[in-house]
Amino acid sequence: MKHITRKATRHISQNEGLIFEKSSPGKAAWKLPPLDVPDVDTRQLLGASERKDLGNVPEVSEIEIIRHFTRLSTWNYAIDLGMYPLGSCTMKYNPRVNEVVSRFEGLANGHPYQPERISQGALRILKTLSECLIEITGMDAITLQPAAGAQGELTGLLMVRAHHQSKGHPRKRILIPDSAHGTNPATAATVGYAVENLKSNSAGMVDVAALAVQMNEEVAALMLTNPNTLGVFEQEIHKIADIMHAKGGLLYMDGANMNALVGKVRPGDFGVDLMHLNLHKTFSTPHGGGGPGSGPVAVKKFLEPFLPKPVVITKPDGSLGFEYDRPQSVGRVRAFYGNFGMFVRALAYIFANGPDGLRQTTEDAVLNANYIRKGLEGSYDLPYPTPSMHEVVFSDKLQAKNGVRTMDIAKRLIDYGFHPYTTAFPLIVPGALMIEPTESEPKEEMDLFIEAMRSIAEEVEEDPQLVLTAPHNTRVSRLDEVMAARKPILRWKPQ
Amino acid sequence: MRYLPKSPADREAILKAIGARSIDDLFAPIPAEYRLNRDLNIPRQMSESEIVDWFRDRSRENGDSYTSFLGAGAYLHYRPVIIDSLISRGEFLTAYTPYQAEVSQGTLQSIFEFQTMICELTGMEVANASMYDGSTATTEAVMMAVRLTGRHSALIAGSVHPEYREVLSTYARHQGIALTEVGFLETGRIDLRKLEQSVAPETACVLLQSPNFFGTIEDVEAVADIAHKNGAMLVISIAEAVSLGIVEPPRQADIVAMEGQSFGVPPSFGGPYCGVIATREQYVRQMPGRLVGQTTDRNGKRGFVLTLATREQHIRREKATSNICTNQALIALMVNIFMTVYGKVGLRELAKQNLAKTAYAVRQFSKHAEVLFSGAPRFNEFVVQTSEDPYAINSRILGHKIVGGLPLKKFYPELGNAALWCCTEMTRRSAIDTAVGLVAESQRAVKSASEADVEEVAR
Repeated sequence: MKHITRKATRHISQNEGLIFEKSSPGKAAWKLPPLDVPDVDTRQLLGASERKDLGNVPEVSEIEIIRHFTRLSTWNYAIDLGMYPLGSCTMKYNPRVNEVVSRFEGLANGHPYQPERISQGALRILKTLSECLIEITGMDAITLQPAAGAQGELTGLLMVRAHHQSKGHPRKRILIPDSAHGTNPATAATVGYAVENLKSNSAGMVDVAALAVQMNEEVAALMLTNPNTLGVFEQEIHKIADIMHAKGGLLYMDGANMNALVGKVRPGDFGVDLMHLNLHKTFSTPHGGGGPGSGPVAVKKFLEPFLPKPVVITKPDGSLGFEYDRPQSVGRVRAFYGNFGMFVRALAYIFANGPDGLRQTTEDAVLNANYIRKGLEGSYDLPYPTPSMHEVVFSDKLQAKNGVRTMDIAKRLIDYGFHPYTTAFPLIVPGALMIEPTESEPKEEMDLFIEAMRSIAEEVEEDPQLVLTAPHNTRVSRLDEVMAARKPILRWKPQ
Repeated sequence: MRYLPKSPADREAILKAIGARSIDDLFAPIPAEYRLNRDLNIPRQMSESEIVDWFRDRSRENGDSYTSFLGAGAYLHYRPVIIDSLISRGEFLTAYTPYQAEVSQGTLQSIFEFQTMICELTGMEVANASMYDGSTATTEAVMMAVRLTGRHSALIAGSVHPEYREVLSTYARHQGIALTEVGFLETGRIDLRKLEQSVAPETACVLLQSPNFFGTIEDVEAVADIAHKNGAMLVISIAEAVSLGIVEPPRQADIVAMEGQSFGVPPSFGGPYCGVIATREQYVRQMPGRLVGQTTDRNGKRGFVLTLATREQHIRREKATSNICTNQALIALMVNIFMTVYGKVGLRELAKQNLAKTAYAVRQFSKHAEVLFSGAPRFNEFVVQTSEDPYAINSRILGHKIVGGLPLKKFYPELGNAALWCCTEMTRRSAIDTAVGLVAESQRAVKSASEADVEEVAR
């Protein structure tokens, strides 16, 4: 308890019910302008299709809505409040200029089907961002269409399948390391591939000898996260790529951890055939409580014909346009062109950084992770001593002796004013504490974090019950998730 | 770099603490031959004012200040200003997925309210925390019907948004789901006789959009009867959420897949939007995407958590109901605030204004050109058939800073010179009159040209 007040102090927070509980007939937060056309008889126009009742949609005033959501907002932790060290999530600062420029009238109100003549601004944004991301990844072509990382994976595997199909046989399996994100196997299944697990070696990296044995002509691709989810760079990446390519397989890179590489090394230069990026991780677009994301997929030249359609092209007169005539395309993965608003933000981030800023960003991200690692070594078990890049994974082995697990430590961290790290992932580390500080943390914030984590380690020795019952300083204590799943209450109903 | 919070002295101190001589030591795991020893070839670092200028220029090149008659899955409705005031709060904007419930009650409660309101509006019993967009929600809904019925084909109305159908076929191809299209009649509604003939013991579901791509409100009850009689499910896709204020919701559906963009989300050149799936309680364990549920804490206090996660990829991996990971929480929050602002009465009045503007526009266009699909009720879109190519007409209309209806040739070559027009509460009568005037002019010009041809032939 001795350090607990350094970062955070308790303060009053407002209670607030559900909006439905404030509703009463006659209250309103809206006003429409008078109609400038004749009013209509809805019954005559709609007949039996006319709706009679909107049920329990609330009726409240504007000030109540402002207070309602403002109060709710104060119950959230956020990057704007402090370090958010979720491993693999890259919770970095979300620059505010990105929010301003994405709301400019022509961009926010641009319609996806407006004529190309008056869409040159949006098309220029698509093209410029594409060029930047191609250069950053060292690839040759890109699609911005996928709505999130998982959809990027799906798009990538569709292209893998189309590539093999064009050679006569789509193949049957995708190799996935046991340290991979859950989306990887789920995606492979969606595209009709069987999943084959690849074991990690004692350094937490792909076991290259095992890969050579498992690789054959039925394997379509290896989905590899690099640096992997332990924050470890796959040093034998060139051998991995060679093994895949020798038997006609492709190397897919999950770009979730690209924040460790930008400006320092390019996947296209180390043998990757295709990869997705997460604009909401590496390129600073806000997570917004769980989305929207954006998952562009960058590919080598030979995969370009399979990109989703449409693609942006430069026309003979120099103007930009969409090309739909792509006979080998895998098709469409979502309506329109992707999460355009996120493209604007990501490009604004790239502009704000430039080549020097992006490189410094990567260096600082790696520097921070290693500082945290150094600070917590000794207090927590480090299962893989392999050098860390942008994140570090500890285990709860030392604390488990006192019955305290990673989730308990995470909950106690909340009392110290921090958001927890990622718990229990990757699966190859029992009781994992996965910590990614990102470049956005000043040294002072990291010092407070290290102090908090060490203090918790001491508490585990002196008073484990204190940690097991945490958090103690939040609005609600630990919630009954078992009951929530057993008897789901998924909506409000009037009493 | 202004986003980086470290001084050179801090960096030195950290290097020293970790026992590294230079930053290069930390990148030693990357084989030297792959390290990039040059600057990335991207634009140089810009100041904030330069960034603002660059994007303002792009905004000006992008139809800034044009009036538009485009709908077709992306609608321009008024966005109450408090939406942006509230979603700009850092606690909403810069939070992650609410896995740590104790410090995420704001996001969780607001999603719980969102799920409730979506249920109220669609007539369904449960709704998820949102999907990427309407096209992927519709696709996931069909895949869900396939899982629930154990059947492997689906009947798709030809009047479902063409790009939604494209997305569905991309996903279906590798899951062994056979898709068959069912056409539409002159009323704009699905051909019920064809549907009856096509539905088979292998049909998992019928997918119908209402209001459909042409703005026509479908006879959901009749389609539900046919589907259910044959043990198939009915999946209803809704692209224009504002219609729910005045159009009877598809209560007979088994799954509703909705696009929420109309509710306070800017068109933003196609995204980000907010899909959502709603269904009956009994099907919830086959529903994709995140769900928020109510529970209590150790002191019996009400709280909210993400629940039923055993359906999801991070637990089930390749056996998950979907590979989806993110939802569209911030966009769902916009939708939620919009629904709260308009509320029970406002949503109806808003929808009614859309109806009135559209009825007026239809009446005016009908005086000069053929308005197709007039045999069934419609919401805020309609199809106008002209003698001249609508691209040519639109380019003249564009001269008045008005964007005309969407030419349908690209999607429906059989409809010839048809274009899909949309009016919302934002459409001014003067813009309608200008557009109608220019279409009328085109019709007259074509007519007199063809009369001239006839005269020529006669001579």
